[in-house]
Amino acid sequence: MDTSNLDIAYLALSAILFGLGGFGLLVRRNPLVMIMCVELMLNAVNLTFVTFGRMLDDISGQVIVFFVLVVAAAEVVVGLGLVVAMARRRPGATADDLRLLRG
Amino acid sequence: MLAHLASFAWDAPSVDLHALAPEIVVAATLVVVLVIDAFTGEEQRWAASSVAGIGLLVALVPVATLAYDGATRVMFGGGYVVDDYALVLKALFLLSGYVVVLLSTNYIAEGDYWEGEYYQLLLASVLGMMVMASARDLISIFVALELLSIPAYMLAAWRKRDLKSDEAGVKYYLMGVFASAVMLYGMSVIYGYTGSTLLAEIAPRIGELVTSEPIITLGIVFVLIGFGFKVSAVPFHTWAPDTYEGAPTPVTAFLAVASKAAGFVALLNLIYVGFWGRHDVYEPLMWVLAALTMTIGNLIALRQTNVVRMLAYSGIAQAGYILAPLAIAGSSPEAADQALHSIVVYLLIYAAMNLGAFAVVMAVARKTRSAEIDTFGGLFSYAPGLTVAMSLFLFSLAGVPPAAGWFAKIGIFQALASAGDTSGYVLAVVVAVNSVIAFAYYGRLMRVMWMDDVPDGDTTPIRVPTSITAALVITAAVTLVIGVVPGVLTHFTDPINLLALGR
Repeated sequence: MDTSNLDIAYLALSAILFGLGGFGLLVRRNPLVMIMCVELMLNAVNLTFVTFGRMLDDISGQVIVFFVLVVAAAEVVVGLGLVVAMARRRPGATADDLRLLRG
Repeated sequence: MLAHLASFAWDAPSVDLHALAPEIVVAATLVVVLVIDAFTGEEQRWAASSVAGIGLLVALVPVATLAYDGATRVMFGGGYVVDDYALVLKALFLLSGYVVVLLSTNYIAEGDYWEGEYYQLLLASVLGMMVMASARDLISIFVALELLSIPAYMLAAWRKRDLKSDEAGVKYYLMGVFASAVMLYGMSVIYGYTGSTLLAEIAPRIGELVTSEPIITLGIVFVLIGFGFKVSAVPFHTWAPDTYEGAPTPVTAFLAVASKAAGFVALLNLIYVGFWGRHDVYEPLMWVLAALTMTIGNLIALRQTNVVRMLAYSGIAQAGYILAPLAIAGSSPEAADQALHSIVVYLLIYAAMNLGAFAVVMAVARKTRSAEIDTFGGLFSYAPGLTVAMSLFLFSLAGVPPAAGWFAKIGIFQALASAGDTSGYVLAVVVAVNSVIAFAYYGRLMRVMWMDDVPDGDTTPIRVPTSITAALVITAAVTLVIGVVPGVLTHFTDPINLLALGR
């Protein structure tokens, strides 16, 4: 694999973004912010795919990004719908308030 | 110039319509259900469930003709394969989808929620599972996973004005998308270091990278963990009991059986076709996951007071048994063969017995409006048929002959022993100990049903709707017939072979 410093920098950036997203998902308690963190993780994945596609000189890295983008958009629509449905019944609820079901 | 252009001529990939026929039938049914919902009034809404059920059964016809034909059909450069393995699992997904439709019919019609959309989402999820059975490419595995998961998030939150259902949906969604993101990151690493998304092309390259690129290990672990969430392996199981309890019961049955089976199918595809050479990574990972999953699942199941939650933890424990053969799959081709067969057999039997158990819970809950274990007290005195059926399913889950579960469990033991090394034997002992623990809570529910008094003295018989009766007859018949004559099942599973494709 032909690697340049710029490619390595992009890979490091995407790893950091992915880590930030994962960390945010675990520590933040607002469901909307949690969805944004997941989006950050998915975009980090996109950046990785594009960088690897460039390093390998292979078009499929960019093709995958289209799939991930479309699926991520569909996922966010569903997620926001679920959060809105929940917020209507419990205004201002955080993830910690979701404890009707436990044991 | 012209010659240069000609070299760019695009030739369409050859599409084998016969091989895709089952998926096409399900997709067409999905459209029909949508149209029915849009153009009929309230009084014809029942048609949606009938059409969905018939569509799922019709899709079995091309599955049968493809199986009769017997040829392995490979499409899109090896990214989509229709072979005996894929066909057996497609039949499993279609049949369990049909049983879930039977279970849903009355439940959904009697609630004040939408019917057409429910069946449309259910069909979309089944379609995703069918694609998963054939997917041999990282992208198609990802798309299949999302096609089966996204409708499932909505189904879990179906009773949207109910706080518990909302909570079930949100928890399932957040854990699910987190798992997909982790899995995708793993896929991106694997793509970057092997230069391909085709599992068959990844397999030879991944073996060469063992020492030169340690980061590939991270990619494999991330991908496998992503599916660990899907099959609710401990420590990634936290969503499962909450979602199972809060979601509508037919959806719980669907998640516990079909969705979990789809996760295992993806794990099998990935490990057998793609990561085969890296058994130094997946064997220890699967060993730990399997041992943790069955032990913790069983121990928590012991102290549950709600039957649905107990079945959820029992399902987690069962997932541990199904993971166990993967811990020895890489030791030799013979062990791999045994492990593959034992897992597929277990998935098929697990679907029948678990759907049956949920069908009984639903039938009883129609009268008692509760799924607490106490409300099952004295069930035998007023619903002997349901009690016998439930006992059959519980015996099967515990692995007592003549119910089918014993055959599934023997297969797991045989696979673990076939490796002939210490790790296999130790894991077999763990499975055996866990089977004994599991008998405690299955036995407790049986004691309550047969021995205890009726809690409120209300012994009016339960009126079981026709559709639930049909689901019970199907699942009980499958459980009994396979338990008595396992050859009926092994006739279909024996020709299965996944390794041939990877090498």
